[in-house]
Amino acid sequence: MMGRDLLAIEDLDRGDLERILETAVRMEEVGRRDVKKVPTLRGRTLINLFFEASTRTRTSFEIAGKRLSADVVNFTPSSSSLKKAESILDTAMTLDAMAPDAVVVRHAVAGVPKRIADALEAPVINAGDGAHEHPTQALLDLFTVWQEKGRLDGLTVTIVGDIVHSRVARSNLYAFSKLGAEVRLAAPPTMLPPAVEALGVKAYTSLREALEGADVVMLLRIQQERLDGCFFPSIREYAATFGLDRAKLRYARDDAIVMHPGPINRGVEIAHDLADRRPSVILDQVRNGVAVRMAVLYLFAGRNPRREG
Amino acid sequence: MVPSPNATAGPDPRSAPSGESAERVVLDDTAIRRALVRIAHELVEHNEHLGDLYLVAIPNGGVPLARAIAANLHQIAELEVPVGILDTTLYRDDLLSRGDRPPLRRTEMPSAVDGRVVVLVDDVVSTGRTIRAAMDALMDFGRPQAVQVVGLVDRGHRELPIKIDYVGKNLPTQRSERVELRGLAGGLEGALEVVVRADGGGEAR
Amino acid sequence: MRIVIRGGRLLDPTAGRDEPGDLLIEDGRIAAAGRDLTAEGALTIDAAGGWVVPGFFDLHAHLREPGQEYKEDIASGGRAAVAGGFCAVACMANTHPVNDDPSVTEYILDRARHESPARVFPIAAATRGLAGEVMTEMSALVEAGVIAFSDDGKTIMDSGVMRRVLEYSGLVRVPVITHAEDRSLVRDGVVNEGPVSTRLGLPGNPAAAETIHVARDLVLAELTGAHLHVAHVSTAGAVDQIRAARERGVHVTAEVTPHHLTLTDEATLGYDTNTKMAPPLRSEADVRACRAALADGTLDAIATDHAPHAVHEKDVEFTAAPAGVIGLETAVPVTLDLVRAGELAPLEWVRRLSTNPARIAGRPGGSLAVGAPADVAVIDPERRWRYDPAKGFSKSRNSPWAGRELVGRAIATLVAGRLVYDVERGVLVP
Repeated sequence: MMGRDLLAIEDLDRGDLERILETAVRMEEVGRRDVKKVPTLRGRTLINLFFEASTRTRTSFEIAGKRLSADVVNFTPSSSSLKKAESILDTAMTLDAMAPDAVVVRHAVAGVPKRIADALEAPVINAGDGAHEHPTQALLDLFTVWQEKGRLDGLTVTIVGDIVHSRVARSNLYAFSKLGAEVRLAAPPTMLPPAVEALGVKAYTSLREALEGADVVMLLRIQQERLDGCFFPSIREYAATFGLDRAKLRYARDDAIVMHPGPINRGVEIAHDLADRRPSVILDQVRNGVAVRMAVLYLFAGRNPRREG
Repeated sequence: MVPSPNATAGPDPRSAPSGESAERVVLDDTAIRRALVRIAHELVEHNEHLGDLYLVAIPNGGVPLARAIAANLHQIAELEVPVGILDTTLYRDDLLSRGDRPPLRRTEMPSAVDGRVVVLVDDVVSTGRTIRAAMDALMDFGRPQAVQVVGLVDRGHRELPIKIDYVGKNLPTQRSERVELRGLAGGLEGALEVVVRADGGGEAR
Repeated sequence: MRIVIRGGRLLDPTAGRDEPGDLLIEDGRIAAAGRDLTAEGALTIDAAGGWVVPGFFDLHAHLREPGQEYKEDIASGGRAAVAGGFCAVACMANTHPVNDDPSVTEYILDRARHESPARVFPIAAATRGLAGEVMTEMSALVEAGVIAFSDDGKTIMDSGVMRRVLEYSGLVRVPVITHAEDRSLVRDGVVNEGPVSTRLGLPGNPAAAETIHVARDLVLAELTGAHLHVAHVSTAGAVDQIRAARERGVHVTAEVTPHHLTLTDEATLGYDTNTKMAPPLRSEADVRACRAALADGTLDAIATDHAPHAVHEKDVEFTAAPAGVIGLETAVPVTLDLVRAGELAPLEWVRRLSTNPARIAGRPGGSLAVGAPADVAVIDPERRWRYDPAKGFSKSRNSPWAGRELVGRAIATLVAGRLVYDVERGVLVP
């Protein structure tokens, strides 16, 4: 059985992932009812501890918690006052003293959720730590593909973009590989993590080759800030070489789907005419995010395996 | 020693001597089918607005039972009664005190609940907590005209004031025993049977 | 249009061929090579006593257009090239504006199409404005026709930027050419640091400045798997680094200029600014090391680093003069010195001026095989002539060999099967 915390996809096995996905299917049904609420976590407290701003993910967790009837508290410390690790732990331990049933943590630096989890009694759920992992994003991506394709085994998934800085890429490459998909990464050479093929994926600097026969094309957001680190010369060149448009999409399978964790840069990662309708399933991803987070909260909140029999 | 149950129909092929989980069949397929026919008749008898009936099964055991009852109602009174499935796991009152979270089951409610006479169908009723959870769930779906309960087996040990309107068989048991409906994998055509196991511990239903 | 080049000595490095023979050219391509070829109605070029070679390919020239056309432009640079036996020239990006954008590349190619008898292959800047900070749009530039990237003229001092430049170049698979010189060591140095700089009383530029950056760039090339091409190698230290790196499997190529093969820092005694180059002329030991490295293949190519500067610009005090000398029209006689000294066989000399540069540039050239484009030069290795830059085709005159008697000269040059230059009539097209 899974541990107390959900910190990384790397820590989960195939059975764990399948269990979360099956639970998410049930939670999706709840989202289709008129009264989108069940009493499962009534009287329980869920704290969103977001050191890094994120309206999307935080709102998604909040809705998920509320649909399970939990009391959700948002705590967004201002980043300047909490740069030191000691302060982060102080904050977390203070919250822990109020006995929450789960603490969802997002931070710009890798490893902070783990440090918090080590210090706390409450279960900790990683909502994104630096370039390390974003487990619930990968879970909702898995769920979306599973719903679309009916399976995950044997699919070819191509992830495109700023891989080296992306926690979404890392979590997804673990998640899809563990469930039997072939994962390909496509990026300019400056954005491929060193020795990434040791993780069981294939790295490409040619988008065309990476797209050949792909079932799923997952695009990552390009950040303007990366220009400063000299990772690519211009948005224009990135869009020309790695941006997805209909012409390039033809190298993938005819029934390929296009995904993006959002927010999207239209005209950069994805052409304007691809972003808003089939084969893009971007809005499905967002919707599935709530069901998947409900499943995660159902399976993790209020549990403390150390105290259980 | 396992106490002998009430007189039941059918043989008792699996009564074993002391030792490993001693099992006995308390209701075989024939007996179950017969009980479901009788229950269908009782439903027709006790309900004025037959057109408002809505069978809602509590998975997993309630599902083949509800379907069988619907088939019987069709045969007896030419009724087309919708069959829904309502998983109660998310409404349980004992979820968070347990260790592992139980897996969730399918919920499918093809018909609206408002104004209907909802007939909850469960295989084994014991403490009454599952029925209570089902009623809570039902209320989130709408406002039924009335709620009735079908239980194939009532094994007693109520903890809540829940009554079963239509019982297949009353079966006094020890708390430590487990009562299970088997044969669900066979679907509607499969052979069902209710089995009592001396197990120690067990699900409080 | 048929042309037969008759009676010369055919030197084709790609075929290992060094023997007397004729060359037949038809429709812009080599049609046949061998003895006693006949061709009806063909224009005959008499190559008796001459070497018939694949036209030379200069990997490193500054054509100064756009922006500094008073020193040189694509027309005059192209003419100087064919007059020196070069059918192709790769031009560096330190123009005004810098060639860091496809629009500038297209401009250069357009001018070349109309004005230059030699083929012109643009090299684009590796970083925008040559500022060493933000890399250029390599994919777009290669699509526009660029063959390599270089900040030559300047050095990329930030190792992190150099790393990314090399790494990103893997996307387009063209070489990154480095002008390897640690500017923080060079400072205001203008001549090779050593006994000569002491005698001259001028600030020195230590050989270590080159060795350090060559070493750095080689390590980064190894890290990133990129193709690094080292421009104008001048020191024994750099040669050793390159040799060792190549043994380790690093994808490195390198070039050396005619002046670094034949002149030492002693040439600067006298303060003639036409002996001021970057990197500077080096010691006797460095020159010997470079000659040996060219012979053993550690250095792959001879490239002129043709760097025109106006008379008034060079006619100032040594420290103020811009560095660089012209070299397209004198490369042949100057580098034949190695052949005459027995250090390089004629076929190998040809290989380093044509076949290897074309291969490094990723373009056709350096071959007399049947079907190859007919870029051919006829060299008279014995011809004596006095070099007067004022009578040359380059607009500029900054050469250390001005007024000297030289031995060896290109006497005819053909590009795409058209005779564009012969020594009697000069440049014939456009």
